[in-house]
Amino acid sequence: MSDTLLEIKDLKVHFPIRSKNLFGGVTKYVKAVDGVSFYIEKGETLGLVGESGSGKTTVGRSILRAIEPTAGKVTFNVDDETFDLSQLTDKEMRGFREHMQLIFQDPYSSLNPRMTVRDIIAEPLIAQKLATGDEVDERVREAAALCKLNLEFLRRFPHAFSGGQRQRIGIARALVSRPQFIVCDESVSALDVSIQAEILNLLMDLQAEFGFTYLFIAHDLSVVAHISKRVAVMYLGQLVELAPTKDLFYAPKHPYTEALMSAIPEVNPDQEMNPVHLDGEIPSPINPPSGCRFHTRCPYTQDNCKTDIPKWEEIEDNHFVACHFAKTLTLKGAEMPTSVDAN
Amino acid sequence: MTPTDLSPKETQAPINQMESEEAQRYYSATQFQLIWWRFRKHRLAQVGAIILITMAVIGLFAEFFGPYTGTTRVSDAVLVRPQAPQFCNDDGCTLRPFIPGVISERNPETLRMETKIDPSVRRDIYFFVEGEEYKLLGKFKTNIHFFGLKEGSIHLFGTDSLGRDIFSRVLLATRTSLSIGIFGVVIAFVLALVIGGVAGYFGGGLDYAIQRLTEIVRVIPVIPLYMGLAAAFPKEWSSTQVYFAMTLVLALVGWPTLARRIRGKLLSLRGEDYVIAANLAGAGPSRIIGRHLLPAFMSYIIVDLVISFPFMLLSETALSFVGLGLRPPTVSWGVLLQDAQTVRAIEQAPWLFIPAIFVVVAVLSFTVLGDGLRDAADPYQVSG
Amino acid sequence: MANTKEITKDNLLEVRNLKISFKTDEGIITAVDGIDFSVKHGQTLGIVGESGSGKSVSTWSIMRLLPKNSIIDKGSSIQFHRKSGKVVEMTKLKANSRELRKIRGGEVALIFQEPMSSFSPVYTIGNQIVEAVLQHRDVSKEEAEEIAVDMLDRVGISNPRQRFRQYPFELSGGMRQRAMIAVALSMNPSLLIADEPTTSLDVTIQAQILELMNELQEELGMSIIFITHNLGVIAQVADEIEVMYLGKILERGKTKEIIQQPQHPYTQALLEAIPRLDRLGERLTAISGDIPSPLSRPVGCPFYTRCEKVMPGICDIEMPKPTQLSETHTVYCFLHEEKDV
Repeated sequence: MSDTLLEIKDLKVHFPIRSKNLFGGVTKYVKAVDGVSFYIEKGETLGLVGESGSGKTTVGRSILRAIEPTAGKVTFNVDDETFDLSQLTDKEMRGFREHMQLIFQDPYSSLNPRMTVRDIIAEPLIAQKLATGDEVDERVREAAALCKLNLEFLRRFPHAFSGGQRQRIGIARALVSRPQFIVCDESVSALDVSIQAEILNLLMDLQAEFGFTYLFIAHDLSVVAHISKRVAVMYLGQLVELAPTKDLFYAPKHPYTEALMSAIPEVNPDQEMNPVHLDGEIPSPINPPSGCRFHTRCPYTQDNCKTDIPKWEEIEDNHFVACHFAKTLTLKGAEMPTSVDAN
Repeated sequence: MTPTDLSPKETQAPINQMESEEAQRYYSATQFQLIWWRFRKHRLAQVGAIILITMAVIGLFAEFFGPYTGTTRVSDAVLVRPQAPQFCNDDGCTLRPFIPGVISERNPETLRMETKIDPSVRRDIYFFVEGEEYKLLGKFKTNIHFFGLKEGSIHLFGTDSLGRDIFSRVLLATRTSLSIGIFGVVIAFVLALVIGGVAGYFGGGLDYAIQRLTEIVRVIPVIPLYMGLAAAFPKEWSSTQVYFAMTLVLALVGWPTLARRIRGKLLSLRGEDYVIAANLAGAGPSRIIGRHLLPAFMSYIIVDLVISFPFMLLSETALSFVGLGLRPPTVSWGVLLQDAQTVRAIEQAPWLFIPAIFVVVAVLSFTVLGDGLRDAADPYQVSG
Repeated sequence: MANTKEITKDNLLEVRNLKISFKTDEGIITAVDGIDFSVKHGQTLGIVGESGSGKSVSTWSIMRLLPKNSIIDKGSSIQFHRKSGKVVEMTKLKANSRELRKIRGGEVALIFQEPMSSFSPVYTIGNQIVEAVLQHRDVSKEEAEEIAVDMLDRVGISNPRQRFRQYPFELSGGMRQRAMIAVALSMNPSLLIADEPTTSLDVTIQAQILELMNELQEELGMSIIFITHNLGVIAQVADEIEVMYLGKILERGKTKEIIQQPQHPYTQALLEAIPRLDRLGERLTAISGDIPSPLSRPVGCPFYTRCEKVMPGICDIEMPKPTQLSETHTVYCFLHEEKDV
């Protein structure tokens, strides 16, 4: 695919757990991400959903090399050249930072409280010497204006701002280096509903104007559906399904996706919810279940699920799923909301 | 709406009209301004700070504020009681403070020399009087003292068994004790910063090794260590040499605690979102340390320094008190308290304990100051 | 609104003219500014509001669980029907009185967002439930243990006898939230205050907890106050909804009335701001501007600074009076006040 901006292949991130002996020997691994592959096209938004502990945040951060991947390839296209990010040295990677950025979840901890807003936004420019002198200020002002920040605010420190404004500062920092790819890691989850809508609009506007490519990680399914063109579902370090948003939401092929969709809160009081019950808890990523990782909680589990690892298959156009029975099961998608319009 | 609708009007939210000047000042306040504003609300800590600053000034100019040098003996004034300046006696009141005269005589029963107050004699106190010669700050030769008598002698805190003025000696001791604390803390701190910083920033095996070393130093019992080190000081060392050796000893015992705290703080800072953000912005290690870690660190460092001060002070005092630390003729609070070791001293000359009051006040001041600084040190936890 | 002095029979709780402020370094902050609400027996009241709306403060005040620097205004009244049939004025109870302690936990229970902090880490889950039961119910230790195991079972914790002996850190977030509900319910309260109980949970677990609360309410017949910032969550659980903003109530009504015919511009905007599956990719209708700081609270209607339909010279002068749209639906907005006149 010529339009692919980023492709990851068999990405693995394993965290060693030290045993408590004198020599600090390594014995076990937390397999936070265990063989994840997908691609993102230029200018699209790929949503990534999953419960806490599914490894979705680790995927985002290991693409950016904020966490070192254990294995796998991360190929990134810049100016018609392809690079494997996982092979770059730290120093080489620094040169790539201008092309890829992260928008954090917590608008409070992600801004250095000791720097002015101007310095925070300017950091990517100054750290990589992308601009000098007046150009720095010019680009900072431009980025701030795009994020609807009052330019008077640039002299101030983060403690002067509310959560929504801080998140806009974080977005301005992310786009000041004119990146191509931005990872949004739960970027609107900590915000109030009214502010959240504004930030989502802002992200979509910026994408339309500059052609940004987003990896949008969140646990709120409606938010992900709203902004994403395609959505990937993660469970216990692996992808279970990836499809265009509408297909995934209304015609899921994996039992776990079905369970997620049934749990979306229903705003209309007339419509009753029937969430699918999953048994037990999400298993530990240190000793993931054999076979299909979801078999311990799957309502449709069969004997071979316990032993055979399901293949990651494209069963329909652009619809990938890892389930032995993807073709035979009839699963229910999200409820199409009946209109609850005001007035 | 489409993105082209980003009209200039919309891109700039108006600054709230109700925003007062004070609020604007607050919004563009730097870290140290915020710390200062919060510290100003902490009354007790300010009292502590004022006391310590006063002590430091007095210590620095000890020869000027004290009427005598630390070694001057007044032979007819052995174990004189503290003399409080008065304004009135039987003859009436004056504006100039004075002290009554003192006569020394032998007690016919115990055959000891004892001092008695002679209310008929009035000795006026003068300010900026000429007295013994000394070098101010070790440089300027002068003989002006803050206060003194034109004839006879004045002893606000009394005298010791050799007839030395305790007030003058306490002032000198304040200088020694505070400065030994400062040097001790600074040396310990430099050690801790390097060792803890390396462990905290690089982590891994190096961190592990340093951690174990720190623990080993921490578990060595302090008193035998002190005794061993102090006994190793050669007898022929001058008091200056002993003084510097003492600061080293204190620093060597004090650094592990500080190093641990520095390491812990660095580790937690390294995981902060904004440090990760700087990393993702493409900042190299030196920029991350200099621009993000150190500024965040400064406030904690200052607090840690202030808090570890009392430990240094008390260690010095304790060591000198038991005779392992500084030796006469150097005077420190601990050295002065050596005179108050005997039952006889408690019974006959309780004023020999006055240096202890200084120790207590200094330690308390450091503690409340440390508390106040700690509360003020992270100005972002509430507003954040 | 009828401002009758005595609590009506259907109501378990009646709060009138509640006003709470905090003394802070920056001055006095009014967190709740003269609100009324009531909870009927066996029903669920949803309180919706964003950060700074005072939704938590107003309900925590029922249990008198506010920090020391808080002041409940003298004119406030919180009347509560005790199990014995007696009506107590909660604001008049002494801070550490026996009666207050009896009501707290025994008749009014609280569950909140972070279940970890509500448990002591050094006792087992079972131990903590038994402790709570013994304090509020007249039973023997063995009976209390039975009640505890039964409760754990009832809130959907598998292997309750085994979980009984586990420590809080051994449970996952969803399990802890269930355990906290078990603690709250084991004392058989007549009112349960749930303060954002599902906000930190994953969707699947959130759905289960909401379902559980509905079931338990039907079974035990208690009343619930459900506090949340997300209108989407509340539609399935609440009978009535109050919408709060900056310490004031802007609209109240039956759940259907609020969700299907919201009348206050703020309620409408809140509903519009939720991304919806049938409008994928469309621009969301955001509420412009930020929530004002509680220190610079707007005069008049608190929402006028962000309201699309603001009428200058009217909305920024005084707080609109309540307009009764139906027997149950009340809105505080000049748009409707005018229609009535």
